[in-house]
Formats: sequence, C-alpha cells, structure tokens
Amino acid sequence: MTIADERTVGASKAPGTGLGRYILVRFLLIIPTVFILVSLVFFLMRVVGDPISASVGGRLTPDQLAERLAEAGYDRPLLVQYVEYLGQTFTGDFGRTLTDNRAIGEILLTYGTATLELVLFSLVVALVVGIPFGMLAAYLRDRWPDAVLRIFAILCYATPVFFAGLLLKLVFSVWLGWLPLSGRATPQVQLVLGRISGSTGINIIDALRTGRWDLISDVLAHAALPAIALGLLTAGVFLRLVRTNVIGTLGREYVDAARSRGVNESRLVRKHAYKPALIPIITVMGMQIAMMLGGAVLTETTFEWRGLGFELVRYLGARDFVAVQGIVALLAVIVAVTNFIVDVVAALIDPRVRY
Amino acid sequence: MTENTSAPPPEAPVADRTGPAWSRIPVLRELRQSVGLQRGMLVAGLALCLLFVLMALLAPLVAPYRYNQLADDAGTFARQAPPGDGHLWGTTVGGYDVLSRVIWGAQTALSTVIIAVVAALFLGVLLGLVSGYLGGWLDRVLVTIADAIYAFPTLLLAIVISIMISGGQSSKWGGIIAAALSITVVFIPQYFRVVRAETVRLKAEPFVEAAQVIGTPTGRILSRHVLRNATRSLPLIITLNASEAILTLAGLGFLGFGILPTSAAEWGYDLNRAISDVASGIWWTGVFPGAAIVLLVLGVTLVGESLNDLADPRLRIRRRAIGGASIENRDEEEQR
Repeated sequence: MTIADERTVGASKAPGTGLGRYILVRFLLIIPTVFILVSLVFFLMRVVGDPISASVGGRLTPDQLAERLAEAGYDRPLLVQYVEYLGQTFTGDFGRTLTDNRAIGEILLTYGTATLELVLFSLVVALVVGIPFGMLAAYLRDRWPDAVLRIFAILCYATPVFFAGLLLKLVFSVWLGWLPLSGRATPQVQLVLGRISGSTGINIIDALRTGRWDLISDVLAHAALPAIALGLLTAGVFLRLVRTNVIGTLGREYVDAARSRGVNESRLVRKHAYKPALIPIITVMGMQIAMMLGGAVLTETTFEWRGLGFELVRYLGARDFVAVQGIVALLAVIVAVTNFIVDVVAALIDPRVRY
Repeated sequence: MTENTSAPPPEAPVADRTGPAWSRIPVLRELRQSVGLQRGMLVAGLALCLLFVLMALLAPLVAPYRYNQLADDAGTFARQAPPGDGHLWGTTVGGYDVLSRVIWGAQTALSTVIIAVVAALFLGVLLGLVSGYLGGWLDRVLVTIADAIYAFPTLLLAIVISIMISGGQSSKWGGIIAAALSITVVFIPQYFRVVRAETVRLKAEPFVEAAQVIGTPTGRILSRHVLRNATRSLPLIITLNASEAILTLAGLGFLGFGILPTSAAEWGYDLNRAISDVASGIWWTGVFPGAAIVLLVLGVTLVGESLNDLADPRLRIRRRAIGGASIENRDEEEQR
C-alpha cells in the first residue's frame, strides 16, 4: 500500500496536534457508545423479569424461587442492580452464566479466538472477491459483465448467510464430498493443535507454527465454506463500493490528464483510479466488521463453528439470559473498539478524515 | 424555475411539476425517467415484489394446503417426502408441505416488513425533524444514542428486543410484531440520521427563514416546509429497511426466535430445520424457502438500487442520445 506510506509521511511533516486530538476525541467517544449499548441491553433484558424466573421459573416452588432471587440479588430495585452491573462491567467483570456458572470473560477468551479467525478468513474472501470484481465492473461500466457483477453483488447481499451456508454444504460437502460438513477441524487435529505449547486458539496460526501440511490443509478445508458464506456477504458491499468510487475517480481531472497522455483505459483503472477508491473501503470496514459479527452468529450456528456466536445461541436456547446479556455487552465493547481502530487507521491514511 | 429564484416561494418545489400527475409518485417517476439497463433492473425488481405481494394476498387460494396442515383426506403426510405426487416441493422433517409453507411465508414476511417500515419511518422521521430543527442538548443526546445503536449488529439487538417483547417464542401476530418492532428500533437511527442531516441543511434555507420571520408556528414549518423537502432520499432507505427487515426476521427464525410453525409459516424457521437435513442430501426443505428469501430481498434491493442510481447524476444513464436537450435540462434542474 504505497499510498498509505505517502500519506503518513505527509501527515508527519505537519506535526500532528490535529491527529492526536482526533484520536483522543474518538477514543473518548467509545465511552458513551459502550455505556448506551450496555444500558440498553440491561434494561431491555430486565424490564420483563429476572433471569432466574426465565430460566427455571416453572420448575421451582414460589418459595424456592424467592430464595434463589434473594441469593442472587434480583429482589432489589432495578436501578440498584443497574448501578451495580455498570460498576462490574466497567471493571471488566461481565458476570457468570446461570446454567453452567462460567465467567463470561473466560467464555470470550475461549471462544472469541474462533470467531476472530472466522471473521479474518471472511474478510480475506471479501477483499479478494470484492476489489478486483469492483474494478472490473467499473472498467466495463454499463455493459453486460457490469450488469452480471452487479446482480452478483446484490445476490451476495440478498442471500442470508445461513442459506448460503446450506447451499455450500449441500454442493461441496454432500454432493461433491470435497470439504467437511462442519466444525473447525477434525477432532484429532484439534487435539494436536490444542497440545501445542503457547497455543493461540487461532487454529491456522497454530497449524502454521507446526509447519505440518496435513494440519494446515485440514484447518483450511474446514474454514473454506464458512469463510465463503460469511465473506460473500461483505464482498457484495465491497464490490459495489469499489465500482461506484472507481467510476467517480475516473471522472477526475488527473485521470483525464493521464488519459490525454495516451494511457489506455484498463491501465487507468489499475494504476490511477483505484487507489483513491480504496479509502472508502477502510472507512466502511468498521461498519462491516460489526455486521460480520452479527453474521458470524448465524454462520457459526450453520457450520457448528464453536465461537462466540455459537455459544450465544446455545445460551439463548437454554434461556440463560445472564450469559446472553454478558456476551452481547461484550460484543458491544468489541464493536466500539473496532470502530475506533478503523477510524484511526482511516485518519492515518486519509488526512481529510480528521477535521 | 425562474419565478422561484426571483421571489422565494413559501415552500420549495418538491419535484418537477412537468408531466402527468402519476409521474410525480416516487417510484413511477423514476420508472419514466429510466432507460436501458437501469430500467430493466427497476422493472425486474418491481415484478419480483409484485409476485410476492400476490402470493401473500392469494395464499389461501393458491397454496395447496394450510401452512400448519399435517394430513389431508388421504391420511397423514409423509415426513421428508421428496418432491413429487401430492407434494410438488416435498415435505419437511415436521411433515409440512414445503410449497404451502413457502407461499404462506410471504404473508408473514410482508406483514413484518409493513409494520417495521411504517413504525421506523414514523418515529425516525419525527425524531430526525425535531432533533435537527431544535438542536441543542436534545439533539446531541439523540445523535449519540442513534450512533451507538447504528454501529451495533442489527441481529444481536433484534434478539435482545425479541426476548423482551415475546420472551423468545410466540403466536403469529406476537411473533410478527416482536420481529417488526425489533427491526424498527434498529432502523429508527437510519431514518433519524438522514432526516436530521437534511433538516439541519434546510433550516438555513431562505424559505424556512422567511416562514420563521412571518411567525409561522414551528409545527407548521416542520410539516409544510421542512418535511416535504427532507424526505427525498427516503424511498431508497425504505427499500434497504424492507430488505433488512426480511433478513432479520429470517435470522431470528433461524436462531429459533421466530414464530412457531403451528401459528404461521416463516422461512427462517424452515431453514433452521433444514440445516440438519442437508447432511443426508435432503435439499428441498431448505432450497425453496431460502430461494424465496433471496428472491424477495433481490426484488426489493433491485428497486432500491435503481432508485439510488437514478437519483445520483454520476450513475444515471442519461437519455441524451434518445431524448435530446430538454431532458438533459430537466436532469440538471432536479439536481438542485
């Protein structure tokens, strides 16, 4: 990314009170965002009742239930509980699950890596499919390949990830038998990967560290379908974004200048018009990562990929609303922090962002 | 347009007033304006939407069975029967007729879309107008809240809200309203942001200031002068909202938070049950409801996409070659 280098050099020339201030303001904005989302989730989930009645309500006598409620502190006024919950959340204590009494922070550490791995693989698919095809569509604007690519982009968006997953499983696992149906790795491989000292929990990194081709290929084969299902969703967005922006930059003066020097159209798209068109991709990537986390819940359920989303759905099924509340609050923090990072990266690359 | 510039009118023109009256209705106006590929996309989108509306309205007539019917005169339906006699698209693992559930599912999807869009549109536009026009601390608080909700994954919020509304399982209307309201909450910020931005811009326009100077009440300024001009980009957001609503409803159903199969047909629920069928090569239980979701969202998105292109002069295919200079002028006029 030469453009990034150029821009950062440019930025460092004018010593950056602007950039520092921007980063600080954006960082401070995380606090109200997280605060609002955590509060919203708390009140939405608690306004109808307490989690214990929801989870075991029918199976206990009223006395037993009252005892359990008093024990957990759910008989106190909602506002008192809210203040306590906020305090705990901001010290990083997201509570414990009701059904199997695990710390929610620990669930994040155990399963978050799997979700991270899925999202990263999907992002690769989205970029590899979205950017070249977007450039192609812009180059062949308003001709039939453009129409086909745009319909493809809309189909990517219109297909729910779980339906895309179902189709992929049907074709590549059941009919063709090329790829495994579900899971993150075959059990034996998972066992080997788990035993590696300093295991990161991200399978592909662990597998690469062993350097054993059989492990790497097993991990990749399991990741292929989920990553395609989730990645295509975002690929459509990237394709449309690149197309629109390349068309926009193709009309600029400097491209006209290059054209008048006799640079041919395909080189214009490849060398001149596409770089500025990539900046919006970085800006929307934050939004897309949030969307991918939502999509990951569905993808993980479809492919039994044991990540945060899979756990969330499992706890939903068990009606363990403490766990649901904790995981959703955690995801809110992740989304807010991701957006912050993306905004900072966008500001580093494109000085126009920091006003 | 000349009379407008010489004396600021009490309200700015909403659209060009040339052409027959029907051509001023948003979608129809664009239909008349479009050419070539863009017209094709718009027409295809409208046709798909119409197909599903007809399916929803005529479901009792065209569906071979009820959505929750498990037996007919000939006896109980076989489970997971392949497409063929009696069941054109086969039966599900629960013994329902796939074709009937796909047709009845259109009713559920469209009811959800209508409730969600109307509610989000109403609340979002109202809040956006008030917030943008009045400004101050109310505006700042609302913007912060809207931004926080906007950044959060739609589906997760919808799950939380549907737990709140229905406790996670529900009757037909309970489920539809729960899904619709959870989608509403998620979409209010989108209308809010667009309408607020437009309102802030319009607030400084001469015709609004003129109305303020002659003492027009705030409510009247908002409804007569600001609202009518701030809602131009709404058709596009409505289509986005509608397709997101369909996908969110299906997502909730897929996670088991939708409507029980006995109370209504819902495509997401059917797909949930179909996932385990796939391993044994049973494709008909998942492919048909999935295709229904894709086609309906495709139709709505095609309409939205075309409207977007037609509204953006950089993307609109001009009619210059066919229509000549007069149409070119009208395009420029509309850009203002």
